[in-house]
Amino acid sequence: MSLVDTTGAGPSLAEDSVARPRRTVDRILAGNAWLVFAFLYLPILVLIALSFNDNTRVGVWTEFSFRWYGEMFGHTRIMSALRTSILVALMSTAVSTVLGTAAALSMERFRYRGQRAFDGLLYLPVIIPDITMAVMLLLFFVQAFDIVLLVTGVGLSRGVGTITLAHIAFNISFVALVVRARLAGLDSRLEEAAADLYASRWQAFRRVTLPLIAPGVAGGALLALTLSLDDVVIAEFVSGAGTTTLPVYVFGAVRRGVSPLINAVSVLMLVGSILLVVGALAISRRRVET
Amino acid sequence: MSTIVTPPDLDEQPARPGRLPPGLEVKAEKAASRRGLFIGLPAYVYLILFFALPLAIVVVYSFATRSVTGLTVLGDWNLRSYGRLTDPLVLRIAWRSTWIATFTTVVSLVVAYPFAYYLATRPPKVRAILLVLVMIPFWSNFLARTFAWRLLLSSDGPFVRLMEFVGYTDLRLLFTPTAVVLGLVYGYLPFMILPLYASIERLDHSLVEAARDLYASGWEAFRKVTWPLTLPGVIAGSILVFIPSFGAYVTPEILGGTGTTMLGNYIGRQFVGTASDWPFGSALSVAILFVMTIAAMAYFRSGGKNL
Repeated sequence: MSLVDTTGAGPSLAEDSVARPRRTVDRILAGNAWLVFAFLYLPILVLIALSFNDNTRVGVWTEFSFRWYGEMFGHTRIMSALRTSILVALMSTAVSTVLGTAAALSMERFRYRGQRAFDGLLYLPVIIPDITMAVMLLLFFVQAFDIVLLVTGVGLSRGVGTITLAHIAFNISFVALVVRARLAGLDSRLEEAAADLYASRWQAFRRVTLPLIAPGVAGGALLALTLSLDDVVIAEFVSGAGTTTLPVYVFGAVRRGVSPLINAVSVLMLVGSILLVVGALAISRRRVET
Repeated sequence: MSTIVTPPDLDEQPARPGRLPPGLEVKAEKAASRRGLFIGLPAYVYLILFFALPLAIVVVYSFATRSVTGLTVLGDWNLRSYGRLTDPLVLRIAWRSTWIATFTTVVSLVVAYPFAYYLATRPPKVRAILLVLVMIPFWSNFLARTFAWRLLLSSDGPFVRLMEFVGYTDLRLLFTPTAVVLGLVYGYLPFMILPLYASIERLDHSLVEAARDLYASGWEAFRKVTWPLTLPGVIAGSILVFIPSFGAYVTPEILGGTGTTMLGNYIGRQFVGTASDWPFGSALSVAILFVMTIAAMAYFRSGGKNL
């Protein structure tokens, strides 16, 4: 019971008058904690349960079935949206992880002119509301494609390419944020020691810096992957008529009205994202142990 | 986190006073700073092209004119779109966004503070498990989680059914401001929990004990010691919840109705369909960005660094 020692009503204050109200408070705190966990998890569990409901009316339970999952995997538009989502997520994560890590190194390990301005530029995509970023990029692509059409006569259209470019734009900042946090906690003398031992700059980076920041880089890449798969608003505005990502498809469908098919797709997104996190946690734990 | 801030030149070219002639040292320093810029350059160029430039385009569009057909005329620059920001409808929506975000923040704080306190006072092993349990919904798909509430609150969902069973027949939860606040609290609660947890965990409990030794009641000790010491966490968490709630788009779209349009939705509406008005939407975007930047600056001032 380390709690007793830390909350002020420790053994030194063991008189009943002090200890009893603390116990009530503890019970209330514990109760509140259970309620919060219920609040966090019950909606997810209800959604999962309803996705196995055979009825076409969402809220009326009839019997257990895989009907909606079967329909989902046979649905061409949903499957193509899923492929688009995965493709965009992988491409944007790959590019933003490299660029974001480089930016983090540049920010944390060097000093140069104009650095503060770049620092601000690196932070803005994190704080900007999704809708503002979406609108900005929509106008940008419309304007850029107009110019391309005028100059080269080539008509470009929005789709996988524009979504990926947009996702890289916000993912760079998030990767940089995570890697910078890791770099800030590192002792830069380790890199100096490598340099003193005649390691070339590349060797020092490859053998010392990179292994040390690897958990940060992996964490940043995971965050980028998650954010890309999570994004609705930006993808909705910069996607074209034909290609959408899975969240954009779901969002559109929900606005038209709920259907049990959407339950199944939502569960797919939910379980996919949870597996991603649990996997990442398992990997990071193993790395800590070794 | 408060490790020594590294002087830049130390990194690549360890300063050895007296060993290098001064000219060479300056040269090495310059080379290092060039290299630093060079490493970051791809990211900066990318962000200038796909972030700063789009931002500039929005600012330019906000001064443009909407033609009768709904297209944007670049030219005839004016401030009319900004003038419309004070229209009663816009003010009503801005006010609604403000109070929905404020209400969301307050509810999150009231729920999260005791929760974070409980978490921070568990034994380390239990704490680690509980933290993971908080993180999992936080990392899982936002749209799917919001959609779950659409089912829960719907007219044949469990809540309405339960209330009907008890005797309330006319209850409507979905498409109300309550539903939007609920969805936002659900979505952003971890943003409140994590900074609160960090600041409560860091709290030196011997100070609370000292207060109790000096005959402070539990409440007094909390109000005069614990609360002020954890205030940075409270401020950081509040801003982290307020910012995304204020700019919310998905949640009001899914859980709200015609009476819960927030600024995010109103901006979005200016860019789709026949009633679109890009200059006005751009002016609204610039305005909301301005508010966000102020809130974010307040966050960094309050000492928050890691999101």
